[in-house]
Amino acid sequence: MFRTLVEILRHGLKNRSFIIGGSISLLFFLVAFLSYFWTPYPVEDINIADKLLLPSAEYLLGTDHFGRDILSMLIKGAGNSVIVAFVAIGIGIGCGVPLGLTAAAKKGWMDELIMRFNDFTFAFPSLISAIMITAILGPGSINSIIAIGIFNIPVFARVARGAALSIWKREFILAARSAGKGRFKISVEHILPNISSMLIVQTTIQFALGILAEAGLSYLGLGTQPPMPSWGKMLNEAQTFMNFAPQLAIYPGLAIALTVMGLNLFGDGLRDVLDPKLRRSR
Amino acid sequence: MALLQVQDLCVTLNTAHGPQEVISHINFSMEAGDKMGIVGESGCGKSITALALMSLLPRDSQTRGKIILEGRDILKLNSNKICSIRGNRIGMIFQEPMTALNPVKQIGAQVSESIYLHLKLTRKQTLERVSELMDKVGLPVSKFGLNLYPHQLSGGQRQRVMIAMAIACNPEILIADEPTTALDVTVQEQILDLIRDLADSSGMALIIISHDLGVIAQTAENVMVMYTGQSVEMGSTMDVFQNMSHPYTYGLFSAIPHVGSSVQLDRKRLNSIPGQVPELHLRPRGCNFADRCSRALKICKDKEPMATRVADHHQVWCYHPLTCEDKK
Repeated sequence: MFRTLVEILRHGLKNRSFIIGGSISLLFFLVAFLSYFWTPYPVEDINIADKLLLPSAEYLLGTDHFGRDILSMLIKGAGNSVIVAFVAIGIGIGCGVPLGLTAAAKKGWMDELIMRFNDFTFAFPSLISAIMITAILGPGSINSIIAIGIFNIPVFARVARGAALSIWKREFILAARSAGKGRFKISVEHILPNISSMLIVQTTIQFALGILAEAGLSYLGLGTQPPMPSWGKMLNEAQTFMNFAPQLAIYPGLAIALTVMGLNLFGDGLRDVLDPKLRRSR
Repeated sequence: MALLQVQDLCVTLNTAHGPQEVISHINFSMEAGDKMGIVGESGCGKSITALALMSLLPRDSQTRGKIILEGRDILKLNSNKICSIRGNRIGMIFQEPMTALNPVKQIGAQVSESIYLHLKLTRKQTLERVSELMDKVGLPVSKFGLNLYPHQLSGGQRQRVMIAMAIACNPEILIADEPTTALDVTVQEQILDLIRDLADSSGMALIIISHDLGVIAQTAENVMVMYTGQSVEMGSTMDVFQNMSHPYTYGLFSAIPHVGSSVQLDRKRLNSIPGQVPELHLRPRGCNFADRCSRALKICKDKEPMATRVADHHQVWCYHPLTCEDKK
């Protein structure tokens, strides 16, 4: 396991998008991790006297209309995004991958049922369905996690099924069947390890989408609720002061854009590194 | 009672031209320790026969007839029972060692899987069994380790791992589907020796499938020659090879190049069988070989031939079999 990681790193360091994306993602996760222990200022503290300050030594990125430290809010917002995206991805993988594997293993009506249900979920644009779900369940970060998680399920189901179908045709699966293994055992022991690289890449992409979706929901006021800061909500609040304090919108916007770009680049780089065929052709 | 009896096995597969019978009326039986060869050209149904024995054919195929393993008809078992036979009672070695091993799993794990599954041993016992197997197939753990991945092994070594997997649970029957076709000649010899020795020492029945008559001659005691999904000649290897009666068998033999023979010295063309294998949906009414056969009679084109006994344990499906004089 450790050797595999070292191997991945060794190849990754030759890949530009892996390095850039990886460092941005790493920075993002470190900041998010940090937010649970320390922020420069407590994010709940309202200090009207210091409102809408420009960057200074005291407040590195300035303050918002309540006099809260922007840097602290960004850090806390990163932590919030990670949690939402992480759990939502967990829901997506936890339900989607077994569904996809089952569809590929059973074929026939089971496959049809799962994939048609997938198509049904896919038919709604993800953010719209997330809005619908939070509208039904009520706003809040838990509900936005569920909403984002639900639209992750068909994505993972589809990727898992497609990848699994191509593995099922391979001869070593026939060999595994000739050793007396059932479909379930083969799915877990042979299919899953062979499609894991594809799932990992999909995870990084869905992670970026999850962060984007969380920001979108919070922007609409359906996601994270005050006083917990979130990048989307910061954007929304900044709207009012767009004319005389544009920096308020720039910081969270930049944070979202950078993180999503970093994760996507990392996903791209990881795909190149994990796919031996692409690696060789370079 | 025979260990394995195959009675009137017919397999129908779905093709572009609708369902087609690719195996028709195969019969044979084996005792423990028997070694049987199945020989024929590509597409004659050798591998399909093997897969039928393992019930590994695609789901939209139909299998008729009986495959009786120790008194039980495999074709009538449910999928759970079949899974407990596969790998446990019947082991199988595949043609391509490059693709028949899972590329992302260590070889030790791959060998131990079916032991866990069928023998229900403890972790330690399994590990002992695995290293015993690796010794048997010539990859001693002291030298090769169990944590290697398939890509770290050569073709021959991988085939040895495949063999270890196939015999992990001491099956009664070992099916080797072209076990040496993908290997080079020097390794081929070693792998054949290994398979034969393993079969001898454990009393396994061996079914070896090959298009290579040399492989069959070396390993099998009995041989079945197949053409277009039918058996055309069957008997002890000695009988069939020395006293071949079916024109197709004869054709196969004359197509083998001999080092130093007149064919090579004179740079003459190799002998070949004229014509082509008829496509599945264009099979003639009578003998499938009739159109390519120089000895075909009128009846050959009208009626399918029945089995004729040439000698004890030597049958041929032909109306006009070769005799000794014909071959001179």
